[in-house]
Amino acid sequence: MTSTEKHHDHAHDHVAHLREQHLMLDPLPRGQMNDMVMESMHTTSWKFWVVFGILSVIVAVFLFGAWGYMIANGLGVAGVNRPSYWGIFLVNTVFWIGISHAGTFISAILRVFKAEFRRPFTRAAELMTTFGLVQAGFSIFMHMGRVWLSYWLMPIPNQRGLWPNFHSPLSWDLLAITTYLLSSTMYLFLPLIPDLAMARDRTPDGTWQKTFYRVLALGFRGTEGEWAHLRNAMNIFAFAIIPVMFSVHTIVSWDFAAATRPGWNSTIFGPYFVVGALHSGMGAVAMVLAVVQSRMKHMKYFIRGEHFEALGMLMLLVSMAWAYFFFNDYMVQWYGGDKWTQQLLHFHEGGPLGWMWFAMLVFNVVIPWATLWNKKWRSNPWLLFGVGLLINIGMWFERYIIIPISLTINRMPFTWRMYTPGVEVYLGIGTVAFFILLYMGASRLIPLIPVWEVQEGQMAHSLKTYGRETVVTVSELE
Amino acid sequence: MTTELKIPEFSANFAESGQQGKWGMAIDMDICTGCQACVAACAMENNVPFVGEADSGYGRSMHWIRTERFWEGEFPEIKMTPYQPMLCQQCGHAPCEPVCPAFATVHSQSEALNLQVYNRCVGTRYCANNCPYQVRSFNWRDFERPEPLPNQLNPDVTVRRRGVMEKCTFCIQRIHRAEDQAKSEGREIADGEFTTACAQACPADAIVFGRIDDPESAVSKLARGSRGFHMLEELGTLPSVTYLKAG
Repeated sequence: MTSTEKHHDHAHDHVAHLREQHLMLDPLPRGQMNDMVMESMHTTSWKFWVVFGILSVIVAVFLFGAWGYMIANGLGVAGVNRPSYWGIFLVNTVFWIGISHAGTFISAILRVFKAEFRRPFTRAAELMTTFGLVQAGFSIFMHMGRVWLSYWLMPIPNQRGLWPNFHSPLSWDLLAITTYLLSSTMYLFLPLIPDLAMARDRTPDGTWQKTFYRVLALGFRGTEGEWAHLRNAMNIFAFAIIPVMFSVHTIVSWDFAAATRPGWNSTIFGPYFVVGALHSGMGAVAMVLAVVQSRMKHMKYFIRGEHFEALGMLMLLVSMAWAYFFFNDYMVQWYGGDKWTQQLLHFHEGGPLGWMWFAMLVFNVVIPWATLWNKKWRSNPWLLFGVGLLINIGMWFERYIIIPISLTINRMPFTWRMYTPGVEVYLGIGTVAFFILLYMGASRLIPLIPVWEVQEGQMAHSLKTYGRETVVTVSELE
Repeated sequence: MTTELKIPEFSANFAESGQQGKWGMAIDMDICTGCQACVAACAMENNVPFVGEADSGYGRSMHWIRTERFWEGEFPEIKMTPYQPMLCQQCGHAPCEPVCPAFATVHSQSEALNLQVYNRCVGTRYCANNCPYQVRSFNWRDFERPEPLPNQLNPDVTVRRRGVMEKCTFCIQRIHRAEDQAKSEGREIADGEFTTACAQACPADAIVFGRIDDPESAVSKLARGSRGFHMLEELGTLPSVTYLKAG
């Protein structure tokens, strides 16, 4: 073999390597890619339906059954008591709103900053936002003593001239979550329109799916004018939804920070909660992507090591930010020296559930830092799945420490009493099952991969050879 | 026409105003014997349900007034501290009021009391979380009243159902009855003319109830004394209950 041939081979290997590594450099014909996405929706094994059935039963019994039982019998069947009036209900609410944050973060912020690795999984993340918020809504309505009167919290004109109390953080909360649910659903829907049109054109006539896609695609044909409008709308939404996202979890944190309770009235809670939400949300995105990649057809083409790698880097960054805010919150509370806060801090670490406090730090800080620094490790989907799962458990512990454990310590030591969860455990499992169920259902109905976005990215990227060097070029499309 | 209806204007400026109370209480911790007569009398007067042993032990007792007892030192060198009856302090600047999203816990302008509007309550329990005195009781269930207990329900007081918050009202039904009586006779209410159920039942007269905006009333005189202090005064809640230190 001559030296030139050898060199040629090496260059060829390099190009092949780049193609294999990066989805954007590995284009497929559009028709083929569309068919792959359609096939991924329609290829369903019996295992899917078994899991689907089990989850449906869990949702029916644990979520709706247990909730009905609780409505009929009162909150006494749950574990809430004096002084832990809120318990796991609010833990789950904060947890699910946290999960819902990563969707918008990944989709909107990375879209605004034109991060190319976002392209194949924006949809998967946005779906998490909408479905996570549904669970948050369930969790917060469950905890109400008289949920059948919950419409009183809405500003509905009525003959008695009674409005909700806009002084209450819970009213802000309701408005913020409703705004977020509506805007994130619209933000999910806008980039979905071209893909729904694609699915409409590839669905046989006379099926209910055809009607479903035809109605939702709003007659999209892909003309220049339609694309221009769509791009404008998506741009506006991507920018506008970012402050909404930040405001939602800040306002959720004010439910606690605005109260006169040791451990709660902390000025750092706003950003601390936002970062915590991103922390658990990123972990959840990693988990969803790992499952989608391994379980759905053709997904190994769309979701690759590079995506897990980029996500792992984000998770590491967010973990560091979370550690900073945690330290800041702890430090200022400890330094404040208030006797009730000191009691509370001792109770966090040395109380009967002190193990949870340490587990939180291990899962949220130690494990991500120990694993995600390594590029090779963080490219591994199942490692990222594991780390994401631990982060989510750690973040759930964090909320558990902030809500029922912190509520145990108040300024009236006579009322200090431990909290033992009751039926809310089943309700929590029910929300998890419902989230997965909605996600599984959606994966059969709407394209989980934004095909047009991937194709657009692939059109913008190309490999050019200058002399002996092959370089990646990106052109600006938008 | 709705325009002709005179709907009272609701002002929601609880946070700024910080009203001084009208009705108040003085509790002498030196003579309280911890006999719990106040607790029983309050439950009778205000239709407070009995939650049973299990729920009570789990922190779901629903007393509007409770007798807190503490001790000092390590076992066996234990010294009892004075009993501390704890009830709603009817704060002038109440933390429970602004946090209710449904306006179920509001400040009344005529009685200067914290009201709990049972049929407006949706049960978010935020008020109870935010009460530094932890004196609010939640109806965790529909607690049973076996016969003949329903016969002793006080007809002047609403019977609450599951899912709503409740708390001490300073026996507002007695306040209203006395006010109506005085008004019909064209006079002011005399000090000591009526009292709350807890004060009435106290065998040691440790609880004194009356007008705190009248400097000559018995409760005002007691509250002004050198032994008087307010519970968790540093929070700025302006309680209407004054405790008299023991010793």
